[in-house]
Amino acid sequence: MNDNMRKDLMRIIAGAILLLAALLIDIDQDWLKLALFLTSYILVGGDIVLKAIRNIIRGKVFDENFLMALATIGAMIISEYPEGIAVMLLYQIGELFQSYAVDKSRKSIADLMDIRPDYANVKKDDGLIRISPEDVKVGDTIVIKPGERVPLDARVIEGVSMLDTSALTGESLPRELEPGDEILSGCINVNGVITAKVTKEYEESTVSKILDLVENASSKKSRSEQFITRFARYYTPVVVMLALLLALLPPLLIKGANFNEWTYRALSFLVVSCPCALVISIPLTFFSGIGGASKKGILVKGSNYFEALANAEIMVFDKTGTLTKGVFEVQEINPKGMMGRIYNEEDKEGPNVERINEISEELLELTAHAESLSTHPISRSILKAYGKDIDQSIVSDTNEIAGHGIEAVVRGKKIIAGNTKLMKLRGIDYTAEELIGTVVHVAIDGQYAGYILIADELKKDAAETIKKLKATSIKQNVMLTGDNQSVGEKIGRTLGLDKVFTELLPADKVDKLEDLLTLTSDKGKLVYVGDGINDAPVLARADVGIAMGGLGSDAAIEAADVVIMTDEPSKIPVAIKIARKIIGIANQNIIFAIGVKIALLILSALGITGLWMAIFGDVGVTIIAVINSFRALKIKD
Amino acid sequence: MKKRFILEGLGCANCASKMETAINKLNGVKEVSVNFMTQKLTVEADEDRMPSLITEIEKIVKKIEPDTRVVPSK
Repeated sequence: MNDNMRKDLMRIIAGAILLLAALLIDIDQDWLKLALFLTSYILVGGDIVLKAIRNIIRGKVFDENFLMALATIGAMIISEYPEGIAVMLLYQIGELFQSYAVDKSRKSIADLMDIRPDYANVKKDDGLIRISPEDVKVGDTIVIKPGERVPLDARVIEGVSMLDTSALTGESLPRELEPGDEILSGCINVNGVITAKVTKEYEESTVSKILDLVENASSKKSRSEQFITRFARYYTPVVVMLALLLALLPPLLIKGANFNEWTYRALSFLVVSCPCALVISIPLTFFSGIGGASKKGILVKGSNYFEALANAEIMVFDKTGTLTKGVFEVQEINPKGMMGRIYNEEDKEGPNVERINEISEELLELTAHAESLSTHPISRSILKAYGKDIDQSIVSDTNEIAGHGIEAVVRGKKIIAGNTKLMKLRGIDYTAEELIGTVVHVAIDGQYAGYILIADELKKDAAETIKKLKATSIKQNVMLTGDNQSVGEKIGRTLGLDKVFTELLPADKVDKLEDLLTLTSDKGKLVYVGDGINDAPVLARADVGIAMGGLGSDAAIEAADVVIMTDEPSKIPVAIKIARKIIGIANQNIIFAIGVKIALLILSALGITGLWMAIFGDVGVTIIAVINSFRALKIKD
Repeated sequence: MKKRFILEGLGCANCASKMETAINKLNGVKEVSVNFMTQKLTVEADEDRMPSLITEIEKIVKKIEPDTRVVPSK
């Protein structure tokens, strides 16, 4: 509660005490009683009346202040002093509570997005100086101490530490840091001291981009938000007209109708009519949702996308980098050509697992050594799989044949490692394989030894993602890929996808998406998930474009409607769950607020409920709706 | 160019959307967003129009919600 609120509260309490005094103490003189009532009214509602007058002068007539001033002064004129004051009192308490609630949710959202770095320690000749991140230039050297927030995107030049990226990714496991690694602004340095060179200015740094995105997300409004804006525009003038008719017509038309009685009804009617409950709680719901989702590493660029996500029917995935890691790794080592050795050694018992592992390791060792000087991605993955130190002294006569493979002498043995073309070229009698991925055939001293299979690997959570999506009533899960049919179809089967389209050029992907778009129902939406690198047109064409692994990739953040900061597809079902929750809360608020208001409007017009209930209809409903919208902040996994 | 302001005392979401609509209609404004929750006003407009736009924006804000102050954001 801030100072202004506290002052208001004191004033209201003073007014309330006076009101009680006037009611409870037996005062004979009418003038004294009147004076007490009036002082109480001025204390409680004086500011409202002043505001109303000021707004009328400024040409703004129908606002809440005017309504309240009119209603309560009206009540006083018809000599309902206690009721006039009490209504004003309730209204003020309600308003106070409401601004307290809005204030509180603003704070909790601000806390959620408290990733803005306050300062940067810049290394100068004469030591460290602490300056605002905005003033740091690209190329400056900054020092980040344990517990400090990374102020700008940079590259580590010195120091080893752990980096807590949870503020950006929702990932609680800290990441290891060593010189050469990129660090993104907004993350927290956990233990070691890091020296880093700034790679991006503050405005271009990840933290600014994310904050910008989240804070401006509300410019893209959802249909429910547009609805309440339009609703409020027509609703208020209509209600004021109706209230006027309610006050004037019955006394004129119905014999014996009491003017005071109908005025009172019209005033109650007016008080109920304020559309605040909707106008505050709906944007609050969406904004809290955007804040809550960003805490989970899901950036939603506008509340309209929550609506689309909640209605998702068809999910279309890109393969590489989305469902698969996009990194090539050794999947299989098959020393089939060397198996003869085992049979010869152990003629009776047959090959045992240990022995097979031994020769597999030998095949990998020889191939890794042969490939050790190559920078080709395939060679790199073989070296990575081998994982041990390479002894260069046993390697000689290395010869790399572009587009074919490598020949080298390792430990006195002639190794030929490459594709089928190389095997044919060297006249090796190999066996062709129907395998998914890149096959490196290996021959030792002119004899076929076996192959090493290198392939892109499915992400750990890919299968679980598809399963969860199916459970959340997604009708079709589709994969588009430029890769060949056998690879695509195998992945489709493994993951349980409904459809797989393979061998697509980037332009074909847009065409396929157009076809799929025609399959959605009227309300159903199509969601495309890609890595944002070369599928920008597809991302743009889908109802909702989700980019994976947005952390540090500007292209992805630009192109997509929703950005998943980590590279986990399992965030997608989470995003859909959040979207449904948000839309649910917004709908509850709309139905609740409009329902209660219409009921109370009718009841006030009939004279069944008075100003007391009317205040509940205004402030009470708003408070309940605001509290309901708080739920949007709390997002469970 | 883009400029950011903080609307201190912005207490009504409906007013925020009214401000947004009104400012959007000003001559020279390319894009504007008023965020009720963060109390932020972001406006993108031609550089030479900016000084006069700021006065017009202040006028609109004052008219819609008299207690709100327009403070340039750093």
